[in-house]
Amino acid sequence: MSTIVVKEKDIVIPGEVLAEGLDYLPGDNTYREADTIYSKVLGLVSILGRVVKITALAGPYVPKTGDKIIGKVTDITMNGWRVETETAYSAMLNVKDATTRFIRKEENLSELIAIGDYIVAKIVQVTSQNLIDLAMREPGLHRITSGRIIKINSQKVPRVIGKQGSMISLIKSKTNCEITVGQNGLVWLHGAPAGEWLAEKAVHLIEAKAHTEGLTDKVQQFLEENQKNEL
Amino acid sequence: MSYKKRLDGRRVDELRPMEAKASVIPNADGSAFFKIGKTTAYAAVYGPRELFPKFLQDPQKGLLRCHYGMMPFSGSGERIRPGNNRRSQEISLVMTKALEPMLDLSAFPNAVVDIFVDLPQTDAGTRCAAISAAAIALADAGIPMKDMVSSVAVGQVAGTVVADLMYDEEAYEGIVSDIPVAMTHNTKEITLLQMDGEISKEDLVQALELARSATEKVYEVQKQALKEKFKGVPEA
Repeated sequence: MSTIVVKEKDIVIPGEVLAEGLDYLPGDNTYREADTIYSKVLGLVSILGRVVKITALAGPYVPKTGDKIIGKVTDITMNGWRVETETAYSAMLNVKDATTRFIRKEENLSELIAIGDYIVAKIVQVTSQNLIDLAMREPGLHRITSGRIIKINSQKVPRVIGKQGSMISLIKSKTNCEITVGQNGLVWLHGAPAGEWLAEKAVHLIEAKAHTEGLTDKVQQFLEENQKNEL
Repeated sequence: MSYKKRLDGRRVDELRPMEAKASVIPNADGSAFFKIGKTTAYAAVYGPRELFPKFLQDPQKGLLRCHYGMMPFSGSGERIRPGNNRRSQEISLVMTKALEPMLDLSAFPNAVVDIFVDLPQTDAGTRCAAISAAAIALADAGIPMKDMVSSVAVGQVAGTVVADLMYDEEAYEGIVSDIPVAMTHNTKEITLLQMDGEISKEDLVQALELARSATEKVYEVQKQALKEKFKGVPEA
């Protein structure tokens, strides 16, 4: 006889019992010992059929292939750039993946991307030791030359983007800003100073209230109120 | 000389009043405040982050480092010289050993998780308060953990087995023993067990039995602290 101990959207702490019996399956951030499924992190319960998983409410960014991230260039090597990723691991951007144009052998790489520059790049490979390879040969991936970069908790990134990008397009339209959200928690905002300022406030509001419901309405209300104050 | 009534009027199995709060230090990746009686601990977790010097790196899993420190005027006596000393090094080590078995750092090879615990006010039971605070801070930082670790001291004061000794009890005239214990919640495994003083075999068994229920009380406070963080946000 299997029983589930928790409900959907319950907040659980590490080691809390989620389900008993073999009819349920341990999903993300959970583990099974004997017949019992336990939580491994602080997070929200979600139950999909027989699978119990936990959506983490805090925690470090875990790099995944295909993620778009924002990073800071920290070093230039013989064959590319070393990039800081806001994790415990730095990433490599190879010369051949950096741009579509041809780069001569003796070319000075710092003319393309200098140390200290921020870039928007995509993760093409992550090894078991968390060595990360980046690429920038796609549209939308570029070196950042203006605007501002803010840091948020990487676990809150899905809420900042919203369902099918609903949240981010709301902020974009209300503030006339260009916004790129890196999966590692760095957000690039680019627009008029007042718009950037408002967008930054909105992103931090989402971060603070990420686990509440009806967030889009709250953000819309916040943006409209502050727009009035501006005028 | 027997010890019938406790100096502060508690029952023998009663802990001092506890308070805990998660996320008290904004700059840290996870943090916690834990108070038991007059002993107060602040824990801050940083990481997983890059580990230097490089020879300490473990390519199989991440490393846990604890840093314990009593603040200069935290005790009731003289000024305590801040920084590392023999005692704080030992406590940092036993803290690491108490917490590490419950952590799953396999996803963070070559990296480190640092925990800094500072005690601005102390009245015995500091290593236990430090471990309890650190466990909340680790959960708050989102580090994968198999289980919570809760810690409290038990012991024997002039023939009476008691829980959560305060300094005046540790300094009581007669035979006294102080046994800090850390236990996991689900399996009740002991991850810290030290002793100072003398105790009979029967009393030791009784004290460890008492530790089971005492750490459970600490666990409830830890759990409450972590859950409260998400309750407080108003819906409007």
